[in-house]
Amino acid sequence: MAKRKPKLAVWKFASCDGCQLSLLDCEDELMAVADTVEIANFLEASRRVTKGPYDLSLVEGSITTPHDAERIRQVRRLSKYLVTIGACATSGGIQALRNFKDVKDFIRIVYATPDYISTLDKSTAISEHVKVDFELRGCPINKRQLLEVISAFLGGRRPNTPAHSVCVECKLRGTVCVMVAHGTPCLGPVTHAGCGAICPAYARGCYGCFGPMETPNTASLSDWLIGLGASEGEIARTFHGFNAWADEFRQAGDLNEKKQDDQS
Amino acid sequence: MKKSKTIKVDYLARVEGEGALYVRIKGGVVEDVKLKIFEPPRFFEAFLRGRHYDEVPDITARICGICPIAYQMSAVHAMEDAFEVKVEGQLRALRRLIYCGEWIESHALHIFMLHAPDFLGYEDAIQMAKDHREIVERGLRLKKTGNQIVSLLGGREIHPINVRVGGFYKVPDKRDFIDLREKLERGRDEAIENVRWAARLSFPDFEHDYEFVALRHADEYPFNEGQIVSNKGLEISARAFDEHFIEEHVSHSNALHCVLKGRGAYLVGPLARYNLNFDRLSPLAQETAREVGLTEVCRNPFQSIIIRSLEMLYAFDEALRIIDQYEKPDSPSLEIQPRAATGYACTEAPRGMLYHRYRVDDGGIILDAGIVPPTSQNQKTIEGDLRQFVTGRIEMPADQLTLQCEQTIRNYDPCISCATHFLKLHLERE
Repeated sequence: MAKRKPKLAVWKFASCDGCQLSLLDCEDELMAVADTVEIANFLEASRRVTKGPYDLSLVEGSITTPHDAERIRQVRRLSKYLVTIGACATSGGIQALRNFKDVKDFIRIVYATPDYISTLDKSTAISEHVKVDFELRGCPINKRQLLEVISAFLGGRRPNTPAHSVCVECKLRGTVCVMVAHGTPCLGPVTHAGCGAICPAYARGCYGCFGPMETPNTASLSDWLIGLGASEGEIARTFHGFNAWADEFRQAGDLNEKKQDDQS
Repeated sequence: MKKSKTIKVDYLARVEGEGALYVRIKGGVVEDVKLKIFEPPRFFEAFLRGRHYDEVPDITARICGICPIAYQMSAVHAMEDAFEVKVEGQLRALRRLIYCGEWIESHALHIFMLHAPDFLGYEDAIQMAKDHREIVERGLRLKKTGNQIVSLLGGREIHPINVRVGGFYKVPDKRDFIDLREKLERGRDEAIENVRWAARLSFPDFEHDYEFVALRHADEYPFNEGQIVSNKGLEISARAFDEHFIEEHVSHSNALHCVLKGRGAYLVGPLARYNLNFDRLSPLAQETAREVGLTEVCRNPFQSIIIRSLEMLYAFDEALRIIDQYEKPDSPSLEIQPRAATGYACTEAPRGMLYHRYRVDDGGIILDAGIVPPTSQNQKTIEGDLRQFVTGRIEMPADQLTLQCEQTIRNYDPCISCATHFLKLHLERE
C-alpha cells in the first residue's frame, strides 16, 4: 500500500493573506508540493477540507479577537507541528500598533456602532497563546524559506534559516553599505536575515520587516542613526513598524520616544 | 405546505479572507441574503495617523498581500495630489508597468486557482490539474510572469519595496528588461489562447442592469488616472468621491457597504472597466474580444472570467509597449516638499476602484486617512446578485444551489482582507 501523504493545513488569523499567498506564488514548485503532501485545509485555495489531525500547520496572522484566541488552541490540538509564517503570526504584525493605545476608548471614538465590533485590546503573536514549533520571519515571508521549512518538518529536521543580520546578506549579495557610503539610515544591522537584503539593493535603508535578529544592539544603532541626522521621533517610528510588538523593537522604539518626549 | 430552506456556508473558500454566506428562503421567496464578513478589523486608518507620508505606501501595502501595488499606487497619487507634484514621462510609465504586473498576477490567481474550478467542477486547482494539467500549468506560467514584472520593479512580489511618493527608489536600466521581454511575448500569446479558452466555458443565463463605476482616461485603459465615470451619468474627479459615495454600517459585516448617494448599489472591477473603456483597450485586446463573440457590453458577472482574461491580455500588450519605448530617466524620483493639504486619488486595483484620501500637516505627518477598497463597494451588488440568482432557482437541489451561490460571490474576486481593514473610522479631532 502506498505510504500516506503527510497532511498540510494553512490557517489564517488577522493578516493580509500575503504569507499564505507565498505558497501559491511558488509557481514552479506548487504541483510538486501538491504531489508530496495532502493539502488538507487551505481555504484560500480549496473548498475541500479534510479533518485533522494534521502533520504540519502553517499559521498566518495575529490574534486580535476572543474567538481567534480560542480557535488557535483548537488548531494547536489538531497539529503535530505548528509553524507561524510571517510578522503578524510571529510578532503581532503592523496591526499591533493598536497595542500602544488604549483600545477601549479608541473603539468607542472610532465606530458609530461599537457593539458590532468584537476585538481584543492587543494584537499578539501566536506564541503568546500556544506552543509554536518554529517561527518563520518576514512581512512577507520569503517563499524559498517557506519551501525549506515545509521540507524540513516533513523530513524531520530543523529548518536552515540563518538568524544573523541583514548586513551579512548585503555582503553576500555584494551590495555597498547604504549607511556607510550614502548616509542612508538602515535597520539592517539589527534586523533578522531572510529577505536577501532587498532594500539596500534598491538604494534604500532596511525598514526591519523581518523583525529583530538574535541579540540586536539597538542602542548602538540608534546612536548611529542620530549621527546621520535622524530624529528620535523618526527612529521610534521605524522601530514601531511591521514588528512593533517584538520585544527588542518595541523597547528600542519606546526608548527613543521617551527621549523625544523629554526633549520637548 | 410552504417550503423553508436555508443556504449556509460558514467559511467561504477560494476567496481572499474570511467571509460567510447566508440565504434564507421561505414560502418560495428569498427572505434574507447576507454576505457576512467576520475577518477581524486591523484599524489601518487609525494607526496611519501620526505616521510620516513617506511610510504610507509601505504601510498600506500590508492591507492586502494580493494587491499591494494598488494600495501603493493610490497612496502615492493621493500624496502627490496633496503636495501638487505630477509624476510624468518614464516614471509614470514605470508605474503603469508595475500595475500591469499586479493585474496579471492577481487575475491569473483568480482565473485559474479560484474561479475556473467552479466552471469545470472541481474543488480546487490541484484537483483540476489531474484532468486539466496544461490549463493549470499555463495559469502558473502567466502568473509567474506577472510576478516577475512586480519583482523586477518592486524588489519582491508581495509588499514590494521600491515604490515611493515622487517615483521610485531605483529605476531599472533598459537592459534589465531583456529576459522579461521574451517572457512577456510568450505570455501575450498564451494570454490570447486563454481568452479563447475562457470564452468556451459555459455560463449561467444571468444578467443585471448594473451601474458600472470605473476610471476613464482620455486615451488609455485606466490604471492610475482618470475621471470616475458610470454608465448612468456619473462623471466626477477623485476629489469629489466623498460627496457622491456613502458608506453604510451593517451589523453582519466588519466592512462597510459603499453606495452611490441617492442611487444605491454599483459595481466596480473588470466588468465595469470593460463596459466603460472598451474603446481604450489595445487593438489586439479589442480584436480578441470580438473574435470570441463579445460585444462592447457584458452584463453577465459569470463572464467576468473572460473579461479578466482579456484584461490580462491587455496588461501583457501594454507592458510590452512600455518596455519598448523605455529610456532610463535621469532621476528615480521627484523632489517632494510636504505642505499642509488634503490629497485624493483613485486607481484601478485588479478588483476595482480603490480610493485613498489623506490630510497631511506641513511636516508631512498624516492627520487623517480615508480608504475605500473595491470589495466594500461591491458587497451590496454581490448580495443583490445572490438574491436575484436564488429567486430564479429556488427549486434547485441545495448542494448545487450552494455551490452556485459561492460562484456568484467568486465572480467578484472579493478580497475580504481588504474590505475589512477599512471600516470607516471617524476619530475625534484632537
